[in-house]
Amino acid sequence: MHRDHIDPHPGPAVLGADARRPDGTRRALRIGLGGPVGSGKTATVAALCRALRDEVSLAVVTNDIYTREDAEYLLREAVLPPERITAVETGACPHTAIRDDISANLEAVEDLEDSVGPLDLVLVESGGDNLTATFSKGLVDAQIFVIDVAGGDDVPRKGGPGVTTADLLVVNKTDLAPYTGSDLGRMAADAKAQRAGLPVVFQSLREDEGVAAVTSWVRQRLAAWAA
Amino acid sequence: MSRAALLVLADGRFPAGGHAHSGGAEAAVHAGRITGAASLEDFCRGRLHTTGLVSAALAASAALGVDPAALDAAADARTPSPALRAAARKLGRQLLRAARATWPGVELDALARRFPKGAHQPVVLGVAARAAGLGPQDAAHCALYESVGGPATATVRLLGLDPFDATAVLARLAPEADRVAEAAVRAAHRVAEEGADALPAASAPLLELLAEAHAARTGRLFAS
Ligand SMILES: Nc1nc2c(ncn2[C@@H]2O[C@H](COP(=O)(O)OP(=O)(O)OP(=O)(O)O)[C@@H](O)[C@H]2O)c(=O)[nH]1
Ligand SMILES: [Mg+2]
Repeated sequence: MHRDHIDPHPGPAVLGADARRPDGTRRALRIGLGGPVGSGKTATVAALCRALRDEVSLAVVTNDIYTREDAEYLLREAVLPPERITAVETGACPHTAIRDDISANLEAVEDLEDSVGPLDLVLVESGGDNLTATFSKGLVDAQIFVIDVAGGDDVPRKGGPGVTTADLLVVNKTDLAPYTGSDLGRMAADAKAQRAGLPVVFQSLREDEGVAAVTSWVRQRLAAWAA
Repeated sequence: MSRAALLVLADGRFPAGGHAHSGGAEAAVHAGRITGAASLEDFCRGRLHTTGLVSAALAASAALGVDPAALDAAADARTPSPALRAAARKLGRQLLRAARATWPGVELDALARRFPKGAHQPVVLGVAARAAGLGPQDAAHCALYESVGGPATATVRLLGLDPFDATAVLARLAPEADRVAEAAVRAAHRVAEEGADALPAASAPLLELLAEAHAARTGRLFAS
């Protein structure tokens, strides 16, 4: 829910999903990336940063489970200046931090907007989790669920809130399909059946196309957010 | 006093960031000091009478309407570890957000304006209790329950401790927690009369030391 009007009882700071910052300006679009461990969330975030950093002002929040690996990978790869990457600690429970108790993530997002803003886009990466881990609407405006062909080609059929309700489903690592014996046609058919018309992208970050389809989906979201 | 509002505020699911913190339990597990239900109980009893008492007195004082800024400064002075001060402010900020959304009101707004990056969590807890229509006793009980509930849950995750055993530890400590709450409320009434110097300053040096070691460790599950 986005309130486009100024709150009648403005407090000192916004509380959650409010579309405007305390000074009345529109806040950044927030997109969450969730999905099982190792499916390619960080790699997708890194590729999105490289593709979009020259056209929009963006920042990343990572939710690592017990390391700072994701944040450190993004720093090492220098996909963004370090002050645009923040890691949130999640206390052994990644889905809690993105769904049930989003306060730490909201603070991370707002601190980024305060320190390096104004921002157009904040990508929030969840720690790797199970198929039921989805983002709260109080934290993100849209969410991408990233699975991969190596995690079994029956994942789209199994469904679960991530697969069925995410605004975009990404089936990553298609380059590995020949080696894992995954049936991409079956994955596509199952995903279509589960998602009631919501979009699905098959990608391999090891091939030329890379993150292009996801990038153009994000661009559409940005255009709609700014409109 | 509304008993139902107390349950809302004291509920471990109240979305105020507590799930990412262990109240020093992870560091104690790492140091070999918590190994099972018995040592968890000792650890929690220690917390009740030190950081728990101080937190409860801070919360009760704030619930009585004592100036939060004075209480926040007093909390700083009673928390030698920079890592623990940072954690307390972080949690205070998260609690403030949740409380403002739950019980909107001018006092919480004023607190957020005064401390945009967060005040000490027990101070916010006391102001939140006020906003919820609760009194100093309720605030003290919430603070004490949190001071042992967090470590108990964390130990279940860290050691695979039987969750029934962990909960039984909390139940066994309940009469002691009640007595500490009474002491905290008495202190809070003195604070309201005499100022923040009347707050207890019971400290647990090992908690402070281990918190510093924990903050420097990589590969931890909990933030503090
Ligand atoms: N072959 C292949 N490997 C990929 C692709 N995308 C990512 N990987 C690799 O898969 C591994 C895991 O990728 P990450 O991006 O770290 O996965 P993640 O989802 O962020 O993992 P967690 O955050 O630990 O849950 C890395 O070794 C990546 O290089 C792809 O399209 N093809
Ligand atoms: Mg990752």
